[in-house]
Amino acid sequence: MSEIIRVEHLNYVYNPGMPDETTALDDVSFSVDEGDFVGIIGSTGSGKSTLISHFNGLNRPTSGRILIDGKDMWEQGADLRAFRFQVGLVMQYPEYQLFEETCAKDIAYGPRNMGLDEAEIDHRVKEAAAFVGLSDALLQKSPFELSGGQKRRVAIAGVMAMHPRVLVLDEPAAGLDPEGRDTILSQIRDYHEKTGITVLLVSHSMEDIAKYANRVLVMSHAKLAMYDTVENVFAHAQELLELGLSVPQVTQIFLKLRQMGLDIPTDVYTMPYAVKTIQKALAAKQAKGVQ
Amino acid sequence: MLRDITIGQHFPGNSVLHRCDPRLKLVATIAYIVVLFVAPNPVGLALSIALLAALYKIARIPGKMILKSLKPIVPIVLFTAVLNLFFVTGEGEPLVHIWVLKIYAEGIRYAILLTIRVCALIAGTSLLTYTTSPIVLTDAIENLLRPLAKIHFPVHELAMMMTIALRFIPTLIEETEKIMNAQKARGAMLDNGTFTQRIKALVPVLIPLFISAFRRADELAMAMECRCYHGGEGRTRLKQLKFTPEDMRCTVIITAALLIICATRLFVPGLA
Repeated sequence: MSEIIRVEHLNYVYNPGMPDETTALDDVSFSVDEGDFVGIIGSTGSGKSTLISHFNGLNRPTSGRILIDGKDMWEQGADLRAFRFQVGLVMQYPEYQLFEETCAKDIAYGPRNMGLDEAEIDHRVKEAAAFVGLSDALLQKSPFELSGGQKRRVAIAGVMAMHPRVLVLDEPAAGLDPEGRDTILSQIRDYHEKTGITVLLVSHSMEDIAKYANRVLVMSHAKLAMYDTVENVFAHAQELLELGLSVPQVTQIFLKLRQMGLDIPTDVYTMPYAVKTIQKALAAKQAKGVQ
Repeated sequence: MLRDITIGQHFPGNSVLHRCDPRLKLVATIAYIVVLFVAPNPVGLALSIALLAALYKIARIPGKMILKSLKPIVPIVLFTAVLNLFFVTGEGEPLVHIWVLKIYAEGIRYAILLTIRVCALIAGTSLLTYTTSPIVLTDAIENLLRPLAKIHFPVHELAMMMTIALRFIPTLIEETEKIMNAQKARGAMLDNGTFTQRIKALVPVLIPLFISAFRRADELAMAMECRCYHGGEGRTRLKQLKFTPEDMRCTVIITAALLIICATRLFVPGLA
């Protein structure tokens, strides 16, 4: 797998030299392989949003480098817009950025900025709309007539239509009901599976991260605390709890069971695996009883 | 960045000037401006600058802040100074005579005094906003304008509008930045491109901004309604404005200082 994003000793300071100077990112280094689905977690103010806005060139690093596909984003003469087309960023509450008369036109805004021809734009709008499940009738409506969840999907489609190589989403499911959450997140997963593009997903929900991501990046107090596969990160459940983060409910139960003296693994984070582990433990117990 | 713009320019502190009754500060500032125009002579101006310097010192506001408040008006001041320099005619021979432009000694005098006067005026009013938070200042304005309510002037409504407007400035700045970032991420040319391209690129920023401003206004109106807001009639305040003995002493000192500056007019010739 080739590296798509590489971050080297990234530092970012808000308001340097002012009384309210704050370090938002402190010597962060990591890399993301093409095709990964990375979940980013961390408590409020840990630097998650600052970090992802760097991938899109919205913040200029105080020091350190960001390489997208091996090219330094802030090198002399580098075209920032070209990087922005490679890394699509969906901000928090993206529905507030909609402005066009119809949803179709709003989704076309990004591709149009890329200078594509009308036929290609039209094709991409339809394709992106299909990914997020927007019907043709909805596309011709004004975005302001839609429901919150529909608006959010239009906004996400607007970024998908730009065909980025990396899709970065900042809490795409925030403020939606459970059904809306599942719809949006599974649409993102389908998109990831069908196109094979790299996805970075910021979320507060450990369940969502466990369900959709294959790697987890944990931010804590402006520093990179952990970056590993989902199993390995959730195996450190105790440390996550100490960082003020939660772990999926299943993992919490397993952690308690282990504290109670049961000999079971702690890297359990999905329901099917949990069921299997419990069955195994029960079988072992029965075997003991027979003896 | 947008957030570097300081509006209201409050510089928090706990000096006598910060604690002082905002009504007194407001009236004193107006009086100070009047005095600057009543005593436009070198001695009067020197004294009023000395008074201002002393007040800045008491309020513990760094000199850097004065320069910051003067910066935006530099072009205007230079422009007026240059106009005065060339167009004020004095008696006797001009000092310099180039083509149609004549510079008299009188003109130089005018230009210098005028520059100092305008700078003192801006620095004086800035001191008011540095030491008084906008919300407190609005309270003071409402309080001072109260007599006008007798002739059905909507004093309370005006003050409430000012308070709300001031409170939402930082919120809207933050919102603007967020929307600008979102559109930049979709390839909008906000910080590069030709002039027309940039103007066009503002539409996708302004429309969401207006919509969110209206939404916020609606929500705020609803929240106020829910808490039974019904205008100024019979409304009490959490923070009452009180005129303390300390305020009384301040009044005496500032009045004396301003009167002395006015008095210089009688002894020293100044501008017309």
